[in-house]
Parts: sequence; structure tokens; C-alpha cells
Amino acid sequence: MYTQGLDAKTDQGAQPSPRLVTDDEIRLQGRFQARVDAEEKIEPRDWMPEGYRRTLVRQISQHAHSEIVGMLPEGNWVTRAPTLRRKVALLAKVQDEGGHGLYLYSAAETLGVSRDELVGQLLSGKAKYSSIFNYPTPTWADIGAIGWLVDGAAIMNQVPLCRCSYGPYARAMVRICREESFHQRQGYELMLALAQGTPEQKRMAQDALNRWWWPSLMMFGPSDDQSAHSAQNMAWKIKRFSNDELRQRFVDATVPQAEFLGLTIPDPELRLNAETGHYEFGAIDWTEFNEILKGNGPCNRERIEARRQAWDDGAWVRDAASAHAAKRKQRALKKAG
Amino acid sequence: MDRKDWPLFEIFIRPKNGLSHKHVGSLHAADAHMALDNARDVYTRRGEGVSIWAVPAASIAASDPSDKASLFEPADDKVYRHPTFYDIPADVKNI
Repeated sequence: MYTQGLDAKTDQGAQPSPRLVTDDEIRLQGRFQARVDAEEKIEPRDWMPEGYRRTLVRQISQHAHSEIVGMLPEGNWVTRAPTLRRKVALLAKVQDEGGHGLYLYSAAETLGVSRDELVGQLLSGKAKYSSIFNYPTPTWADIGAIGWLVDGAAIMNQVPLCRCSYGPYARAMVRICREESFHQRQGYELMLALAQGTPEQKRMAQDALNRWWWPSLMMFGPSDDQSAHSAQNMAWKIKRFSNDELRQRFVDATVPQAEFLGLTIPDPELRLNAETGHYEFGAIDWTEFNEILKGNGPCNRERIEARRQAWDDGAWVRDAASAHAAKRKQRALKKAG
Repeated sequence: MDRKDWPLFEIFIRPKNGLSHKHVGSLHAADAHMALDNARDVYTRRGEGVSIWAVPAASIAASDPSDKASLFEPADDKVYRHPTFYDIPADVKNI
């Protein structure tokens, strides 16, 4: 999902906890797990295993980076939205993504990592973010497809995260999920308008679905047999469902929506299994996925470059805010003195 | 002031007139003015509130989670502090 980088087997972030050395730690470890098992929330100042903290820092920060980078593919269309109605919706959506990034950075900071460190990791290219945001948005229909599919997949993943064992993350996710629903609906409505429009508009919608379908399925991360750390993250209740389970739910929910639009999902192997009630689908091209995670996707370089430029271009604003705050403080002191 | 020194503010929102402010999250800002401005954009995009408090996180004194038992358990065995502890015949009204 937004944190697929965590699942990669080469990932160093979520190694098993270091070997326990003292009885005290074993006792703390046991008490921690008992609290998690009892569905209690873990709060920032509570004792937690180092591996739990490290996994959360990586997961929450990757999630935050994904929200921030996720503003770029859509921001591409803000100035060219076809109507004012679509434009205000898109602006509000992109602003929401920025807000989601902030909620998540704040949640990560409660684990003892600084905002500067996190932003630095994104700008240096060291941090990972969701593979999905490394695809281009060449047509207006891409905005519909992103809202419908990408935000739809995100909701599938994020709703269970509202019950994550770490309190600040769970609470951030509650706010985020409340807002994501608007994102998905505006996307589907946009697709519907195109699908019911001129033949050319419908072709454009179909083309967007063709390009976004498989990348959306990849958002859920590697299949379960390839996914590292799943068992530990389930035990810690950071993760509630496996990648494949969530992917299946997404397919089951989305296929009928595509049918309603009169669009065809680009998978010749897709079929409903009447016995299980689930859709079966073709094999995912994991080579493409792995290449994107390695930084070789169509837009990886462009995205990081855009973030760096935004950071550099915003330097004067940050400096001015600091100077203004300092001046205001001086004036207040003088007045008091 | 270096931007790295921008303090953390905890943000509290009053959802509507008559209710208490409730903690919603935190943000960094150069000063309290900026914290309020940013809190408005980050935490009240959909009519979530009618009033914002921004409190420097460093000013909050918090109880230690490991003191939970000594602080709060003594209250658990004092059932006589609750009205249902007292038996009143059913015939007696308005009490």
C-alpha cells in the first residue's frame, strides 16, 4: 500500500527485535504484547519494543511521504480542470493530501523522530513512498481513475489501520478515512461523466482504467508468500489483514463499479468464481513493481525533483516566518519591558 | 530562529459552542500566531470547530504512564463514591 516498501525482503527497517538480554525486558515485552492482545492502544510514552517503534516510524513516515508525493500527479491538472466545479474539488482533494501528510508526520514524530529527519529522507531519495505515484497523469481521465481506483485501494487499506495498536497512528487514520471517501466519490463521478459522454470521452476513461488498473493492484504490496515481516506486524496489530486479502477485497468491490461505468477491466483472466463469490484475476507483473520501488519507474526522478524544488523555492517563506516570529517576540518584550 | 527550532504546538478544537476544546493533533510553527493559522488549514477544513487553542507542547505537564496504577487504581475500590452504591426503596421518587 502506501507503505509497500516495508514488505520488500531486502528492507532493513523491520528486523526482528534485538535479542532480549534481561528479565526486565522479557517482562516488559510480555506486558506489552498482553496489552496489544487485549486491543489496548499503545501511546507515545508507553514502553514499546524497539522493533515496534522502528517499524512504525518507517511505516508512518512512508505513508506521510506518499501523501505528499501523491499531491504531484493530481496537482498537474489543477490549472486545466474542465470546469470550476471539478477544479474546486481537485484543489480540495490535493489540499487534503497535504493535510494527511501533516497528520502522519505528526504521528511519526511522537515516536521520537524529527520532522527534519523525515523530510530530509524524502528529499535525499532515501525514503520510500507508494509505487503508484510514480506513474504519469497524461489525461484528465487520470484524475478520475486516481480518485476511483487509487483512493479506493487506499481506503481498503486504511480502514483497518484505524484500529492499529499505536494510538496516534490510529487516530490520524480515522481523520484521513473520513476525508478519503470524498476523494473516491469525486473520482468515480468524474469517470461516470466521461463514460457517459462522447465516444472520445469514453475512450479516454477506458484508457485511464487500462493504465491504472494494474498499478492499483500493486499498491497492496507483494503477495503474501513474498511479503516479509507480515507475521510480526500482525502480532503487533499494526497490520490486520494480509496484502492478498486486501487486494481481493478491492477487486471484488471494484469490478462491479467498472461494469456500471461500462468500462472493461484490462485483464482477460478476470472472472467471477461462483463458488467462492470472489473474482479471480491474472498474474501481476512484479518486475514492474520492483523496478519502481528501486527508483526506475516512469516518474520517480521527476517526483523527487519536484519535491526538492518545492522545498528550495519555499525557503524564503520559512525564513520570513521565522524572522516575523522573532520580530513579533522582540516587540512584545519591548512593550512589556 | 532557525526553522529547525520551530516548536511543536498541540492543537485543541472546540467542535461547537457549549462543548469543551478537544485535542486533535499537533503541528510545528514559528510562533503561536502561525500555529493558529496553520491549525485552521490543517484541522478545520470541514467545519470541525468554532474555536482553536494552540498550546506549546513543551508547556504540557503529563503524568507518567508507569504511575498509572498508583494514580488511578485507588479510585477503583471506592464504590461508595457512586450513587448506585446507596440503596433507596423503589417507592421513593425523585431521588
